[in-house]
Amino acid sequence: MKRKLKSMVTTLFVSALLPVLVILITIKVASYRSTPITVDIKYKADHISSVDHSQFKILQQDFNMPQEVTSACLSCHTGRDEEVMATAHWKWEREEEIPGRGMVSVGKKNLLNNFCTGANGNNGSCMRCHIGLGWKDKSFNFSDNKNIDCLVCHDQTDTYFKQKGEGGMPATHETANSHYQVPDYPYVAQNVGLPKKNNCGICHFYGGGGNNVKHGDLEEALLSCSKEVDVHMTMDGPDMACIDCHTTERHNIKGKLYSVSSANHNRIDCDQCHTATPHNDKLLDQHFEKIACQTCHIPEYAKANATKLYWDWSSAGQLDEDSKGYSEDDADGNHNYLSIKGNFVWDDHVKPEYYWFNGTADHFLTTDTITDIPVKINTLFGSYKDSTAKIWPVKVHRGKQIYDTKYNTLISLKLWAKTEGEGAFWKDFDWDKASKLGMEYNDRPFSGEYDFIPSEVYWPINHMVSPKEQTLECTDCHSKKSRLANLTDFYLPGRDYSKKVDYAGNSLILITLIMIALHFIGRITSTLKSK
Amino acid sequence: MNSVKIYSRFERFWHWTQMLLIILLGLTGFEIHGSFTLFGFEESVRLHSTAGWSFLILTIFAAFWMIVTGQSRQFIPVRNNVKSQIMYYLSGIFKNEPHPVPKTAEQKLNPLQRIVYFGLLILVFPVQLTTGFLYLFIHYPNKPITIEGLESIAILHTIGAFLLVVFIIVHLYLITTGHTISSNLKAMITGYEKLESPVNKTK
Repeated sequence: MKRKLKSMVTTLFVSALLPVLVILITIKVASYRSTPITVDIKYKADHISSVDHSQFKILQQDFNMPQEVTSACLSCHTGRDEEVMATAHWKWEREEEIPGRGMVSVGKKNLLNNFCTGANGNNGSCMRCHIGLGWKDKSFNFSDNKNIDCLVCHDQTDTYFKQKGEGGMPATHETANSHYQVPDYPYVAQNVGLPKKNNCGICHFYGGGGNNVKHGDLEEALLSCSKEVDVHMTMDGPDMACIDCHTTERHNIKGKLYSVSSANHNRIDCDQCHTATPHNDKLLDQHFEKIACQTCHIPEYAKANATKLYWDWSSAGQLDEDSKGYSEDDADGNHNYLSIKGNFVWDDHVKPEYYWFNGTADHFLTTDTITDIPVKINTLFGSYKDSTAKIWPVKVHRGKQIYDTKYNTLISLKLWAKTEGEGAFWKDFDWDKASKLGMEYNDRPFSGEYDFIPSEVYWPINHMVSPKEQTLECTDCHSKKSRLANLTDFYLPGRDYSKKVDYAGNSLILITLIMIALHFIGRITSTLKSK
Repeated sequence: MNSVKIYSRFERFWHWTQMLLIILLGLTGFEIHGSFTLFGFEESVRLHSTAGWSFLILTIFAAFWMIVTGQSRQFIPVRNNVKSQIMYYLSGIFKNEPHPVPKTAEQKLNPLQRIVYFGLLILVFPVQLTTGFLYLFIHYPNKPITIEGLESIAILHTIGAFLLVVFIIVHLYLITTGHTISSNLKAMITGYEKLESPVNKTK
């Protein structure tokens, strides 16, 4: 009896309790999570100025022109002009190595795009976002330090603006109108400091002719947004300014965008604050090897206002009965047709597209001829086997733009002019003239024959980081409906499988089950018969 | 008929722990594979990796135990009676014929079982463990060694998983073909089975 009891206890122990215990320990170990690291840094924007600029006599004078303010600034801040004049903000180009091309100087100054095709030649309008004063044409003096516009970046009063159509000049007594008054220079000059969000945003939010047109992840909503829109810039959180991440040394601002740059340096990385192992969890942290932080943490962009995703120039130029340009809006109130620009598609809460990206990019240069359709305005380099490449979220702006059918080149258009009759498309709606003048200004040949061709430009997404609760789930990528469906150069668990193996395996299971069923029926029949 | 001890305490512990681990690995593994949703992808990945470690440790213990006790010889395939064992399952079993190879404590496995289990121990388990741990540690190119990606590793691992599923199905069915429908199962739980030949009685 006692032996039987002992044997039962042993049985219970070795055949049930111990195995279950092993499983429970396994589950317990698997459920362990460590807490993510927290970031504790001092924000650059919290810097308190060591001087009171309003006390300086030199800033109390009656300035007539902004150049006089610049001179006053430089009289104390000696040497800063050289720093500023070495930056891409000033030069609108930088010497960079493009893999396969060597050293090339690229920037807004000389690159083509599939928005307004290019800045050069439309200076009055486009160069309003240059940090100089009055880059109206080729005569602008890039070596004159008085042409630096200190105020546009350092104004703390929100009263200093560059006037529309004046190539980066604020209103003067001659040009002032109801929209643009002559700035109160002494007031502005006495209230200068580190750039605030709107100093940067006045240009970087409105590129392409309106809020959020170009970037999709940089727009005026960031000035005062909820944490769902951006965890860093939200008023309900750290309320960070641009320069808190875009740290600056000697006017060289870290970070750049690959629609206009090529080389992998002077970039900002999340890990400059968050470390390379921010989750403090091996399973998640090892994704950093191949996945940019942005990929999971920016599940969608254009979270507040819509961004432009498609721009078809070929329909531009249609006029109403009075031979005037007109506009049409979509259901959300965004233009979907403008006579001066053509058809658009806008969208908000956009899911990014995903590409391999190693920090280097190529560009379609003005000297290039078209070989592929759609024309790739820029190319992000990288692949799975490239050890420096990661998967990045990208805004792809697609378009249909004008090109020279004989020379196979993209056309730089003359779009803007102050008045009609100067040949600018936006005033005269004449493709021939606008193409001819645009190409002439850019010293490029134009055959006179043109058509429209699809093109794409790739903008890596970096802003509008979501709260951690809203990041991508595993199955957003690791599933048959993967967001990474177009990245097919590697095996992704959950998404990929061998069709043959799955077919064979499932068939084998099915055949086994059928044979077992038949065998079992045979056994039952024979048992019944024998009885 | 005598009650004979067939499976030692360790063997039973090994068997049932292995069973639970294989079920856990199968469920989580096929969820990662995309076959169904159960625990959630992340939970499945964590469970699968941890269960893989448990399985490795158990396998090391089992291998050690088998070699030390000499029980490993039970799994070495034999040539005799393979055909008659196949014929038994194909026809004899329907005619209520006796098992062609009597089960004894020295000979727990029939010739077919030996072949299948030997295949599991020498091929499927090592392949699953090897590809599993390669999957866990070498899932990126150039880190730490140059591989062409996960594809071949993952597909081998999937093949092994399908074979294990088929094995489990067949195994579950064949349990019922013992002396009585439940005698095999009982033996694996209690360790004891009623066997015919009194000659083979041990302690």
